[in-house]
Amino acid sequence: MHENTLSRGATWLATLTDNAIGLPGYSPSVRVVDAPLAGQPARYIAVVPDSESSYPRARTGETGLVEGWALAQAVHEAIAADRDGPKRAIVAVIDVSSQAYGRREEAFGIHQALAGAAGAYAQARQHGHPVIGLIVGKAMSGAFLAHGYQANRLIALNDDGVMVHAMGKAAAARVTLRSVEDLERLAADVPPMAYDIASYATLGLLWKLVDVDSAEQPSATDVDIVRGALGAALDDIKTDPAPDLRSRLGGANRQASALVREKLRAQW
Amino acid sequence: MSTSPLSLKEQGSFVELDARARVRALLDAGTFRELIDPFERMTSPWLARQGVVTQSDDGVVVGKGRIDGQPAVVLAIEGAFQGGSLGEVGGAKIAGALELAADDNRQGVPTRAVILFETGGVRLQEANLGLAAIAEIHSAIVDLRQYQPVVGVIAGSVGCFGGMSIAAGLCSYLVATREARLGLNGPQVIEQEAGIAEYDSRDRPFIWSFTGGEQRFRTGLVDAYVQDDTADIRSTVVGLLRRGRPKVERSDQYGHYLERLASYDARVQATPDIVRQVYHVNPIANANSAGAGHA
Amino acid sequence: METFDFQYPAGQPATGRVMVGVVGSGDLEVLLEPGTPGQTRIRVTTSVNGYGAVWQAQLDRLFKADAQGWPAAQLEINDFGATPGVVGMRVAQAFQTLGNAAAGDAS
Repeated sequence: MHENTLSRGATWLATLTDNAIGLPGYSPSVRVVDAPLAGQPARYIAVVPDSESSYPRARTGETGLVEGWALAQAVHEAIAADRDGPKRAIVAVIDVSSQAYGRREEAFGIHQALAGAAGAYAQARQHGHPVIGLIVGKAMSGAFLAHGYQANRLIALNDDGVMVHAMGKAAAARVTLRSVEDLERLAADVPPMAYDIASYATLGLLWKLVDVDSAEQPSATDVDIVRGALGAALDDIKTDPAPDLRSRLGGANRQASALVREKLRAQW
Repeated sequence: MSTSPLSLKEQGSFVELDARARVRALLDAGTFRELIDPFERMTSPWLARQGVVTQSDDGVVVGKGRIDGQPAVVLAIEGAFQGGSLGEVGGAKIAGALELAADDNRQGVPTRAVILFETGGVRLQEANLGLAAIAEIHSAIVDLRQYQPVVGVIAGSVGCFGGMSIAAGLCSYLVATREARLGLNGPQVIEQEAGIAEYDSRDRPFIWSFTGGEQRFRTGLVDAYVQDDTADIRSTVVGLLRRGRPKVERSDQYGHYLERLASYDARVQATPDIVRQVYHVNPIANANSAGAGHA
Repeated sequence: METFDFQYPAGQPATGRVMVGVVGSGDLEVLLEPGTPGQTRIRVTTSVNGYGAVWQAQLDRLFKADAQGWPAAQLEINDFGATPGVVGMRVAQAFQTLGNAAAGDAS
C-alpha cells in the first residue's frame, strides 16, 4: 500500500492518543481509538483518507456512505458500553473536506448514512457523554454535520488550513452565479460567508481558538496545549445545565438566533 | 400559488400550495396560529447588504395547533423563496420550535412536530449560520423523537437536499410524493464535482430514478409514498403519528446498513435495480416502518 | 435592489392586516396594514433595478383614481421580478382578502 503523508486528522489522532492502536472492525477510513483524556476514558474518532476504498468518489478523505454509518457505529457502541456507568468523553478529530459526491452515494442514500452519524453524536451528548469537536483542518458541510457539529464544545486550531463552511469556494461561486473574487469581497462584509477561522470565531459557535506552532506537524508543546484545551472543555461541559447546544447562542453575530427563540417561547 | 385562507381541507394539489397554506392544511380546522408571523418582520439580517430582497417570514412558517386533536407544531419551508434555502432566522424558527416541542414533552404536554421539507439546504448567502442552524435542527429532532415521532413530508417541487436531507434522515417517518426528491447533493454540484458521466444533472428521469419519492420508498428510505393530494397527505401524516415512535429509528440502524452495503461490490456502478436488491426492503421485516405507501 | 416610496389619497383606514404572495421568481409578497386616514403609503423593495417608472405607472393605475374604493392602507411590497400584471393581481388579492376577512369569512 502506498504510504501517503498522513492527513492532519490522522496525525492529530495519533499524537493525541500516543499512537494507540485503533479498534478493529471499522472501515480504514474511520479510525476509532480508545485512549485517555485528562485521566478519564475517552473515544477519539477521525475520518481519514482511504485510497483503496471501493467507492471511487470517497478515496481522498471524503465522508461517504461507509464513513457515515461507521461513525454511527463507533459512537453507538460507546453509548451502549457505557450505558450503566460513567459516560466516556468522545473526541471528534475533525479534518473533513467534504461529503462524497457520486452516483453510488446518492443511490444508496448518503443523506441517511450521515444522519446515522449526526444522530449518534447527538444521542451521545444527550445521554451525558461529553462530546468535543476538535477542528484541525477542514470542517465542511455535510461531513461536518455528521462528524463533530453535534459536540458540546467546538475547539479549532488557529491556522490557515483550518476552515469551516457549507460549500467549497469554487462550487459556491458557481451555484450563486458569482465570481470567487465577488464571494471573497462579500465575505469581508458578511462574516457567516467567510472561510477563515477568525471570521467563524465571531459567530459564537466556537468555544476556543487555539494557537499552535504547527497544525500540520504538531510539536510536543502543541500537543500539550491542545490536550489542555480538551481537558478544559471537559470541565466546562460539566457546568452546562443541560446537554444541549445553547452555549452556541451568545455570539454578537448570532443575535437573531437568540431573538427568534425568545419570541417563539413568548408566543408558544 | 394558492394563498387563500379558505383552503383548509381542500381536495387538490399539495405541491401547488405555498408553505403557509400547507401548514394550515395539515393542522385541524380552526387551530392554526402562526408564531413570528410576517408582520413581525423577522427577516434575514444578512441579505439586504448583498442586494437580495428579503421575505417577511424568512421563508419558514411556524404553525402551532392540533393534529388529530393532539398538540402539534408544523414547520414549513417556502421553496419559492431562495430555493427554500435555510438562513439564520428560518433555521432558528425550525430549531427553536422543535426545542420547545421537546420541552413541552418534558412537562407532560405531548406536542409533536411535522416538518415540510422544500429546500436546497444551506442558504449560501448566510453559509455558516445556515449550517449551524441545521446542526441545531438535527439536535432538536433527535431530542424530540425520544418522546414523539417526528414526521417529515417531502412533496416537491424543490425536494429536500443538503443538510436538511440529513434532517429528513433523522425523522421517524417520511412521506414523499412522486415529484419529490431526497438526496444530499444537488445534481449540478455532483456533475461539477464528479463529471457528467457520473451524474448528468439535466437527465431528469435519471435523477428521479435514484432520488425520487418512488425509488426512495421502494428502497426503504421513505415510509409512505402518496399522491400529490392534500387530503391524502394529511391522512397519511395522521396515520403515521398514530403509530407512535418506531421501535428503532431508521438512522440508528447502522448495523443493518453496514451489512447491506458490505454485500454490494462498490466497484460496480449503482443502478436503481441494484439498490432495490441490496436494500431488499421486505414489507414484513420492515414492520417498524409505516409501510403505508399506496400509490 | 431598489426601494421606492409612493403615496396616494385614500379614504378610511383598513381594519385589519393581510399578507399575500411569496418573494419568489416572478412574484412578490404584499403586507397590508391599516394606514393613516386619507392616505395610502406604499414601500416597494425590488430585486430588479431601473423600473421606477414602471412601478409608478402600475401603482398609479391601481390607486390614483381611487377607482377600487380600497381603504387607506400601508403596503410593503417585496418584489422578485414580477410583471405589472402580477403586481396588480397580488395587490388586488390583498385587498380582496382583507374584504373577505372583514366580512367574517376567513380565519
